[in-house]
Amino acid sequence: MDIKVVNISKSFKGQQVLENISMTFGSGKITCIMGASGIGKTTLANIIMGLIKADSGDIFGLEGKKISAVFQEDRLIEHWDAVKNIMLVCRRDITKELIHKNLKEIGLTDYENKPVLSLSGGMRRRVAIVRALLSDYDVLIMDEPFKGLDSDLKKQVIDYVRKMTWGKTVIIITHNKDEVDMLHAELITMESKDINL
Amino acid sequence: MVKEAGQNTDNKVNKKKNYITKFFVFLFWLLVWEAACVIIDQELFLPSPGSVLLAIIELVKKPVFWLSIFNSFLRIIIGFFLGFVTGALLAVLSYRSGLIYELISPLMKIIKSTPVASFIILALVWISSKNLSILISFLMVVPISFSNLLYGLKSTDEKLLEMAKVFRMGRWKQVKAIYIPAVLPFLVSAVSVGLGFSFKSGIAAEVIGRPANSIGLSLYEAKLYLMIKELFAWTAVIIIISVLFEKIVVRIIRHCGYNYENINKP
Repeated sequence: MDIKVVNISKSFKGQQVLENISMTFGSGKITCIMGASGIGKTTLANIIMGLIKADSGDIFGLEGKKISAVFQEDRLIEHWDAVKNIMLVCRRDITKELIHKNLKEIGLTDYENKPVLSLSGGMRRRVAIVRALLSDYDVLIMDEPFKGLDSDLKKQVIDYVRKMTWGKTVIIITHNKDEVDMLHAELITMESKDINL
Repeated sequence: MVKEAGQNTDNKVNKKKNYITKFFVFLFWLLVWEAACVIIDQELFLPSPGSVLLAIIELVKKPVFWLSIFNSFLRIIIGFFLGFVTGALLAVLSYRSGLIYELISPLMKIIKSTPVASFIILALVWISSKNLSILISFLMVVPISFSNLLYGLKSTDEKLLEMAKVFRMGRWKQVKAIYIPAVLPFLVSAVSVGLGFSFKSGIAAEVIGRPANSIGLSLYEAKLYLMIKELFAWTAVIIIISVLFEKIVVRIIRHCGYNYENINKP
């Protein structure tokens, strides 16, 4: 079932951030949202995740669906290591060996027994991606998931995301058209505060 | 590995330097005290460090000394523990409900601002002098525990709580991963400040209530019979017990917290 966002509006302290936004995310597909900074992409993602309540409008197709996310900030437990962070939210059938395998698959090495606090930005980003992908979800929302990754690594991580999300509904916020192409994703461009797609 | 070994050596050197500095600071104030004694030259007003040390040695030999310490310590610690747990529970309830916070907050402010002596005299009307120090320690610790832990809970990272919500993280996992690390520094502070307060107020309550075989009664008698050396000796004993116990408890909490944050097994 597709996810339909219908006439969503949101304002903060009198400033309109989203105005009558409507869009559809195809079931089992990757959809990228692009748009200028400050146009309300993250606000929209937060509304879909249920973290912010819209002033008006509806979202259909999310009933009973489990959401997973890669947030704009990594939102990891700083003093815990990568494996422990992932185990905190992952599915019950996920073993430590599988987590190590997944982390290695996206080029993460030298992370064991180190708090994520001591890892580089790119390493932390990949931990956040693996955490989201190994959790139990129907819909995955990723807010600029590939920022801070160099081009080779980005390709490796994108291939991994495509493989792992096969058949799942994925919404990705990005600023980079190349990422949309590499993901073979559908594209929604937010150009003004009032869009209908 | 080499870097870690280097850091360990640096830490040991720093620790040693710290201990040496503390020793010389202690020695400095001891000399100031000795100098003041020489200038005043009246053992009745200000006994010398040496004579206070001798008085402590004499006290230690008496069974009543240990009994008094045991009784006072036990009562104060019971009061502290009950106060700490009550304050923590009220902090959690206030964090969860604005209405409860509005109800509790003025009460805490009143307890904080009321002089200890007022509580002691009032409490003497209600309960026996034997249990007075329990109640007074309890009352002194409740607002400290309440405000510190509430502040800690309020400082919890909102973004991590949002993450927990999206991933449908269970309550216990949230407590373990998000709340405890946020509250830990405030917990250490509450224990450190609360213990100091409970010892001070608990002994003050004993001095006024004068229960049998207690530090407070011994202090009172020392003052009554102008046994100034014993008065100083008892005061020194109270300081030593209070500081030692605080250091032990804080070290235990820090150790648990360190392990908590660094155990890499979920």
